[in-house]
Amino acid sequence: MFEWSHKEMEKQYVGFATLPNQVHRKSVKKGFDFTLMVAGESGLGKSTLVNSLFLTDLYKDRKLLNAEERINQTVEIIKHTVDIEEKGVKLKLTIVDTPGFGDAVNNNECWRPITDYIEQQFEQYFRDESGLNRKNIQDNRVHCCLYFIPPFGHGLRPVDVEFMKALHEKVNVVPLIAKSDCLTPNEIKKLKDRVREEIDRFGIKVYQFPECDSDEDEEFKQLDKELKECCPFAVIGSNTVVEARGQRVRGRLYPWGIVEVENQSHCDFVKLRNMLIRSHMHDLKDVTCDVHYENYRAQCIQEMTSKLTQDNRMESPIPILPLATPDVETDRLIKMKDEELARMQEMLNKMQQQIHDGKEQ
Amino acid sequence: PGTSQIWLSLLFPWNQYLPIICLIPSPGDKNAQPLTLSGHVGFDSLPHQLVNKSTCQGFCFNILCIGETGIGKSTLMDTLFNTNFENFESSHFEPKVKLRAQTYDLQESNVRLKLTIVNTVGFGDQLNKDKSYQHVVDYIDTQFESYLQEELKIKRSLHNYHDSRIHACLYFIAPSGHSLKSLDLVTMKKLDSKVNIIPVIAKADTISKTELHKFKIKIMSELVSNGVQIYQFPTDDETVSKINTAMNGILPFAVVGSTEEVKIGNKMVKARQYPWGVVQVENENHCDFVKLREMLICVNMEDLREQTHTRHYELYRRCKLEEMGFTDTNPESKPVSLQETYEAKRQEFLGELQHREEEMRQMFVQRVKEKETELKEAERELQGKFEQLKRLHSEEKSKLDEKRRTLEDEINTFSKKKAATELLQGQSFNANTNLKKDKDRKK
Repeated sequence: MFEWSHKEMEKQYVGFATLPNQVHRKSVKKGFDFTLMVAGESGLGKSTLVNSLFLTDLYKDRKLLNAEERINQTVEIIKHTVDIEEKGVKLKLTIVDTPGFGDAVNNNECWRPITDYIEQQFEQYFRDESGLNRKNIQDNRVHCCLYFIPPFGHGLRPVDVEFMKALHEKVNVVPLIAKSDCLTPNEIKKLKDRVREEIDRFGIKVYQFPECDSDEDEEFKQLDKELKECCPFAVIGSNTVVEARGQRVRGRLYPWGIVEVENQSHCDFVKLRNMLIRSHMHDLKDVTCDVHYENYRAQCIQEMTSKLTQDNRMESPIPILPLATPDVETDRLIKMKDEELARMQEMLNKMQQQIHDGKEQ
Repeated sequence: PGTSQIWLSLLFPWNQYLPIICLIPSPGDKNAQPLTLSGHVGFDSLPHQLVNKSTCQGFCFNILCIGETGIGKSTLMDTLFNTNFENFESSHFEPKVKLRAQTYDLQESNVRLKLTIVNTVGFGDQLNKDKSYQHVVDYIDTQFESYLQEELKIKRSLHNYHDSRIHACLYFIAPSGHSLKSLDLVTMKKLDSKVNIIPVIAKADTISKTELHKFKIKIMSELVSNGVQIYQFPTDDETVSKINTAMNGILPFAVVGSTEEVKIGNKMVKARQYPWGVVQVENENHCDFVKLREMLICVNMEDLREQTHTRHYELYRRCKLEEMGFTDTNPESKPVSLQETYEAKRQEFLGELQHREEEMRQMFVQRVKEKETELKEAERELQGKFEQLKRLHSEEKSKLDEKRRTLEDEINTFSKKKAATELLQGQSFNANTNLKKDKDRKK
């Protein structure tokens, strides 16, 4: 039997079943890159979480501002890039920080520098892509934005809603509940339900996990379902290692107990890490390329061509896009209306003059 | 000097507690000589009389809680006073900051307390928080103003007056672990001269011990370096100075509130149950709740009321009266009484009134003159027009008369001609008939 099938295989063997292996090999050689943005008010544990996620300390020499200095603070964009390697796989990780977001007394449009930054990266990539030499394009586009929601309130606040709405069509927004060790399990559930309901109500399009293929095994499907129901993730981060249950773990030491960051019954950190790094990192990149970037590109091109037709309205020899015709049409209509108006105005003036003269007589 | 003391004690109502008007001898008062008693007189019961009187009247205390929505203000009040006040969960989408006050009558042993809790609603939620502090300041000033109005009334009943001035302000700081928020700093700066501020760190079960220590130091240093004067527990009274000094060093209090109970050992205690442990509210190792309760209610409540009246209210009153133009000394640095100032103000006001009246009268006269000239102008114009029309009319008339004469002449000429022609015709006819007659006769 074995021999027969071997012969069978010999006859029908083409060899493209090795493609996944080839892809794997090439990608390991090339290395990966990923850009992650973190946003939220200061003091919500963003830096600690990033350190916990990537098991490194990116913020050794950071200087925090005083309350007085933050009264009129504007949002800055700070990038940290690190090269990390695991089992031969290289990852160039860029963390984009947004210090100052939501910290000033007047936070109107405080997300403007952030949206500008994201669009700049798109613009840069667009230009590179349309250039002549495309060998070494650097992809600086933001693949994912972790937004930290404070756990101290009843749900989303106006600044949260406005920020996510300003960004949801430019980047994958993943909302998180920060510092969730101040919430009991009941409170976490209540807050998650509230946040999910408000996200729906305000029409915020957060990152959606892709559906499982129907031929995946049950365990995977179950995990995927749990992941989706857990959103937004309630996370805790820690820079310190403590001793708990005989092991050394990342955690926070309190007089009443020890919070373990990687304990699934304490918080959703593990789920976030798995989602972000172990299973959905590539999907995040794909959605950024296929959806957000393409939207930007289409919009950009449309704007450019409509500007072009505006400038040479009358003598446009090449009908560039169907967009051109409606413009000319409407211009003609406008001109007609203008002339009619001028005529009527003249008539009115004449009548007025007549009345005036009649009065005088 | 003696009589002025009496007058002062009548004006400052907190001395109402004293059943008799007492002449308080000032240090160095030449009229008062120290005297030793040879037996027990009994006025050492004065404090007891005071206590009895005030217990009968009942006490009044007003707390203002400022903090972000959801930070735990209502829960902490419930926990502090061991009861369930009516709480509403506020929304995060209030367009501006509001203040909600609720008054309750509480009783413990035989002491009655009229407690008013004022909560901010929507504080810290707006995108632009420039004006957030103003609503709180306005509320506090309004309470001061109504007290001032009551004080200045002619017929007043201060002992029946429900004092709504804020005695203590608990400012809830979010447990970020870094420092104060910019809004916190701005707000506390505006409030420190108006109310006793006691900062507390809310939801402190999210900060570990080492982080808390650093956080407290950072907060206090930020307050000091920005000149914010928070309430200091008084250290001048020896009975409480030791504990108060210790507590002053522990500010701001890190608190946890809970109305739920968890079984620890064989007792039910107020606590929060987490998967990793239980935070007990009244465990001093877990948080500073007990210390806050001790300081705020057990030890210093009366001092808070006194400070509000003698410091914050007095400052408000002075500023308000100075605004209205009252001073204690005139430009020659001689003391001026309220009476004189009032008279002066009244004269000034009357003078201004007269001046305004003059102005108005003059304006009226001016207007009348102008109208007169206008009317005269119009009249002249009309006259001119009338003359002109008259001229035109007479011209036309004379023209017409001439035409008529011409016409009449023509008519006369015509009728003359007509008569002449008729005559001629008649003659010629006669001649014809005569001729015919002649012809007939000849035949």
